[in-house]
Amino acid sequence: MAQLVSAGRHDAEARWHPALFEYLLRLGDDSLILGQRLTEWCGHAPALEIELSLANIGLDLIGQATLLLNLAGEVEGKDRDGDRLAFHRDALAFRNCLMVEQPNGDFARTIARQFLFSTYQHAALDALSCSTEPRLSEIAAKGAKEVSYHADLAAEWVIRLGDGTEESHRRAQDALDALWPYAGELFEVDAPMRAAIEAGLVPDPESLRATFDATMTEALAEATLTLPKLGSFQTGGRAGRHTEHMGFLLAQLQYMQRTYPNAAW
Amino acid sequence: MGAAVSLDLERQRAEALAIAGEVCDPEVPVLTIADLGVLRDVRIENGRIEAVITPTYSGCPAMNLIALNVEVALEEAGFTNVKVTTVLSPAWTTDWMSEEGKAKLAAYGIAPPRAKAGRRALFGEEVVACPRCGSANTQKVSEFGSTACKAHWRCRACAEPFDYFKCL
Repeated sequence: MAQLVSAGRHDAEARWHPALFEYLLRLGDDSLILGQRLTEWCGHAPALEIELSLANIGLDLIGQATLLLNLAGEVEGKDRDGDRLAFHRDALAFRNCLMVEQPNGDFARTIARQFLFSTYQHAALDALSCSTEPRLSEIAAKGAKEVSYHADLAAEWVIRLGDGTEESHRRAQDALDALWPYAGELFEVDAPMRAAIEAGLVPDPESLRATFDATMTEALAEATLTLPKLGSFQTGGRAGRHTEHMGFLLAQLQYMQRTYPNAAW
Repeated sequence: MGAAVSLDLERQRAEALAIAGEVCDPEVPVLTIADLGVLRDVRIENGRIEAVITPTYSGCPAMNLIALNVEVALEEAGFTNVKVTTVLSPAWTTDWMSEEGKAKLAAYGIAPPRAKAGRRALFGEEVVACPRCGSANTQKVSEFGSTACKAHWRCRACAEPFDYFKCL
């Protein structure tokens, strides 16, 4: 990842807050891992328009990850920058939600994942642009504008697939059924999250639910798709307990730095 | 004496601002970073010159090259002790694109962003004029074109595909 010069207007003094570091890792890892997944589509997408879309969404996400993980490293103060955090941590130290590490599957699966995640991420970044931590709020305000396009694209495709042919409808419904169990984790509040909310650093995810639900209802009705009824959801990513896919993803993401540690160009 | 010095500084700053502003966007080379609103400021303090730029998108791959090109342009013009700083806030918006920049984009074949990048409603209708024939009978093909900052459109009147610089 490219190095960005740190924003000059903030004082160098990093306001250490363990909840802030933890939360930045969650946000940064969500963007990094989904960005990595989307790059796997390069050269394989079903049409040129989709190829360009998925690659550009991935680029936005990796750009956000660079900013967030660089800030995480700055806040931590242990001489780790974004690259160090991205390439030199093991799966147990990653804090991304389980949804973003799920395999691309077919195009419907990739789009359903993007629809659920981008809809949530847009609401989250929008709310985070009011964070009491100015370095986080400025990254969020910038990212929210980008993600509104990701969410639109994904919603458009969910509708096109759901309200398309019998085959595309079946695949889109299968994809929603497979990914919906991972949506609950996006709104989960564990102890570190509670601390970050109480410090005014981040919004309570409960406050994002109405926006998220409204988009689900509107887009899925038009797509003639339904959300499965679930009594529980999959969780663990925020505590480093990942699905079996994570190790394979990191093997590819981290290959160069694992093979030639600290290589630079 | 003091007034003369500050006048001199102001002239130097204006000169540096003009030189840095002439650096082109590597991805849309008809636009300068002044046209785009990517160059935010140039400051001169204690003999040190600092150019302040902001990325269009978080992951814009052109930023490193722009920073380098600004540094080189200022040094070639005789400025020493040059530093380029990147800031994120306030977040870049297409509203900062100059009218001249928009005209250059259209002449280049890219539909310029429409004024006022307000919050867009989900599935809100947009009308974008074809940069080739001017017809408003156009259609969005995809929210993403050749770069993150552009959408892919087509004209139903002249049948040409074109890029539209998205509002952000």
